[in-house]
Amino acid sequence: MEQQPLLKVDNAGIRFGGLRAVADVEMELHAGELVGLIGPNGAGKTTFFNLLTGVYVPTEGSIFFNGEKLNKLPPYKITRRGVSRTFQNIRLFGELSVIDNVKVAYHSQAKHSIASSIFRMPGHFSGEKEMDHKALDFLKIFALESFKDEKAKNLPYGQQRRLEIARALAANPKLLLLDEPAAGMNPQETRDLMKLISLIRERFDLTVLLIEHDMPLVMGVCERIYVLDHGQMIAQGTPDEIRNNPKVIEAYLGEEVS
Amino acid sequence: MKILKQGKTFWLFILLGAVVFGTVQFMIAGGMLNQFYLNTLFSIAIYTILAVSLHLIIGITGQFSIGHAGFLAVGAYASAIMTMKLGLPFVVALVAGGLAAAVAGLLIGIPSLRLKGDYLAIATLGFGEIVRIILLNMDYVGGASGLQVSHLTTWPWTFACVILTIVVIANFTNSTHGRACISIREDETAADAMGINTTFYKVTAFAIGAFFAGIAGALFAHNFYIIQPSNFGFLKSFDILIFVVLGGLGSLSGAVIAAILLTIVSTFLQEYPETRMIIYSLVLILTMLYRPQGLMGTREIGSLFKRKGSGGGSVDAKQRAL
Amino acid sequence: MELVQQLVNGISLGSIYALIALGYTMVYGIVKLINFAHGDVFMVGSFMGFYSITILDLSFFPALVLTMAACALFGVAIERIAYKPLRNATRIAALITAIGVSLLIEYGVIYFRGAQPEAYPGDVLPKETISLFGLSVSSQSIFILGVSVALMILLQFIVHKTKIGKAMRAVSHDADAARLMGINVNNTISATFAIGSALAGAAGVIFGTYYIKIEPLMGIIPGLKAFVAAVLGGIGIIPGAMVGGLLLGVIEALVSALGYSLWRDGAAFVVLILILIFLPSGLFGKNVREKV
Repeated sequence: MEQQPLLKVDNAGIRFGGLRAVADVEMELHAGELVGLIGPNGAGKTTFFNLLTGVYVPTEGSIFFNGEKLNKLPPYKITRRGVSRTFQNIRLFGELSVIDNVKVAYHSQAKHSIASSIFRMPGHFSGEKEMDHKALDFLKIFALESFKDEKAKNLPYGQQRRLEIARALAANPKLLLLDEPAAGMNPQETRDLMKLISLIRERFDLTVLLIEHDMPLVMGVCERIYVLDHGQMIAQGTPDEIRNNPKVIEAYLGEEVS
Repeated sequence: MKILKQGKTFWLFILLGAVVFGTVQFMIAGGMLNQFYLNTLFSIAIYTILAVSLHLIIGITGQFSIGHAGFLAVGAYASAIMTMKLGLPFVVALVAGGLAAAVAGLLIGIPSLRLKGDYLAIATLGFGEIVRIILLNMDYVGGASGLQVSHLTTWPWTFACVILTIVVIANFTNSTHGRACISIREDETAADAMGINTTFYKVTAFAIGAFFAGIAGALFAHNFYIIQPSNFGFLKSFDILIFVVLGGLGSLSGAVIAAILLTIVSTFLQEYPETRMIIYSLVLILTMLYRPQGLMGTREIGSLFKRKGSGGGSVDAKQRAL
Repeated sequence: MELVQQLVNGISLGSIYALIALGYTMVYGIVKLINFAHGDVFMVGSFMGFYSITILDLSFFPALVLTMAACALFGVAIERIAYKPLRNATRIAALITAIGVSLLIEYGVIYFRGAQPEAYPGDVLPKETISLFGLSVSSQSIFILGVSVALMILLQFIVHKTKIGKAMRAVSHDADAARLMGINVNNTISATFAIGSALAGAAGVIFGTYYIKIEPLMGIIPGLKAFVAAVLGGIGIIPGAMVGGLLLGVIEALVSALGYSLWRDGAAFVVLILILIFLPSGLFGKNVREKV
């Protein structure tokens, strides 16, 4: 059972000026887990994702992925190592078509060079064709294939959320970070989404770390949960342990319970 | 297979190109075009190259560069040095002009790693001015009085360069590499998070754009007998910017159409330079106020004729015409 | 001695850059727009000063005040007509509009009065040579510096001690929050343009009395350099613009003094690119941020 963790966060944190937005965070994720990250508004959850993906460089501590230190790598290299994400405030490429959004994420796996594209050499055609097929496969999983030529910005909200996950998946991650994937969805849509997340986890052998506001939802699907409050990891454990943890209850007092 | 993939648009484009080339060549050979028309023709071609090359940088990659005249100047002077100082053939000068400008593009592309939006705009403007001031102070190329250049630009060379520019930039845009550039334009943070090496593609866009601006510079230098640093001030950069903006940021055919139309308009206003500038500035302001997406938006000309496009010369032709 | 003389020249020129830079920095601080037309307001101010002195027969100070008032109105008109409709548009659209407005003003002036230069009368200000610590300095240089500094102090007073100054600081900090607090954001933005344009107009009059020759395209280069000065000091920061302007003037004077006067115009742009790459938040950085 004791194997090397897929992700190991060792005392990591970041300061903005005098403010410690996230501090002393410890986390270990093992291959195949589905883990939740919860915490009140402004607890630093998204900031923590930004640390994991290289948008921010940690000012303290280290982050190891597959045993490799990620600290100073730029975001695109971290993505290519196998960490991919969605955004809390959807960030699709609005003017690109739905399928092109997915193809952009597949880009780093493309084999054809700039020269082969400019001079339309055989490599270009086979490469683009392969991308088309792969991208369509991802769209099918998320039932988006009928929208493939639509501009991403014209999709309805729920579909945009799903497209973001499809796009993140196309970047070929081992660890998928989902930032409030169910935000703004109704209960039925949320249930479907959670089924879908379980399904892709099986199918693509993923480890998933999920930020979610909806407590019952996180409790229902996640195997383990971390709780962040005021930039500190105040608790971790199984849903039952978290439910009964006095620190967690205290942190959530005053927050409306959704 | 390949032919199917390329789509009809490509062959239509080649056919159209051949017809335009043949007609003009025939008219030139028959002496049907006077000097005025010839000058206009060459100006249109050169400005088309400039517009399309800037389109790659601004319209596709979203890097707001307003120092394009700097690349034009580098290409013009580098090529003139090749022919006039070193006595090399014109074709070498064309390539050298492009390469010299591409190197300049790399140099200015590198600061762009750290700059965005307005700051990049100002830095590129500064770059254009620095190029002009360097040329002004180089005795080797004649300083302010400029450099005499023989007339070597011919219609076949010019036309070939226009076609090459359009084909290369359209092919680049219409591939995974072009999509990477567009993703940077749309949302750089998300592009980065999807594994796109944004730095690499920004610099590449600058280098390719600058390369063709340099080729335009070579054609420019060998068309007008003399080049002076004052030909390459930032007003020239603004001229090129207007083509791209008016045509529609993100539309290659829009840039071409705007370059052709505005060059014709400005040729007829040659006698009234201030009227021309007033019209230009009003066009810029009114476009931004009432049609900020320009003539074509991000669409390409092909999409206007198709209900449901298939591939072709545009990024966006695949979009359903709504 | 020549070096010192050059430094004095640099400071005089630098104080003109600083006055223009203040308008850039204030406008950028409040609407995040590089107002390309700002250099042209400077040019228009220069011509208004010229006509006030030659046609209306005013002396320096009345001409200065009249010009500042007229430029303030001009600045507000530009903002209301061209920029206000674009407040929610993309930054690039706003920047392109600013370029368009700049060209329109330049060529509008040429269209209506021709491109020929004018010369300010030489007797607007007394011209004496004062010797200070064994240096001979023209009284004009001192006078210009004095007027510039007085205007900058006045500006600091407005920004820090008046209601409109408080509103400007609030809007530049967070326009939406300011609106919720009952601040009239539109009027505040207009006031910012008015003050910035008045300062540019003043710089135009001062430029004319000192350098004599004025022409319709004179605003382009000083405008760009003033922007460099604003970036150098840290854009959005008022004292930064003052220091940046003076510093840039001195740098240019030193480049000239070292015998590279032909490269003088290039110096500003080299400074710009170096600053943008190595110190993008400017000399006065973020910590002492005082945005308006």
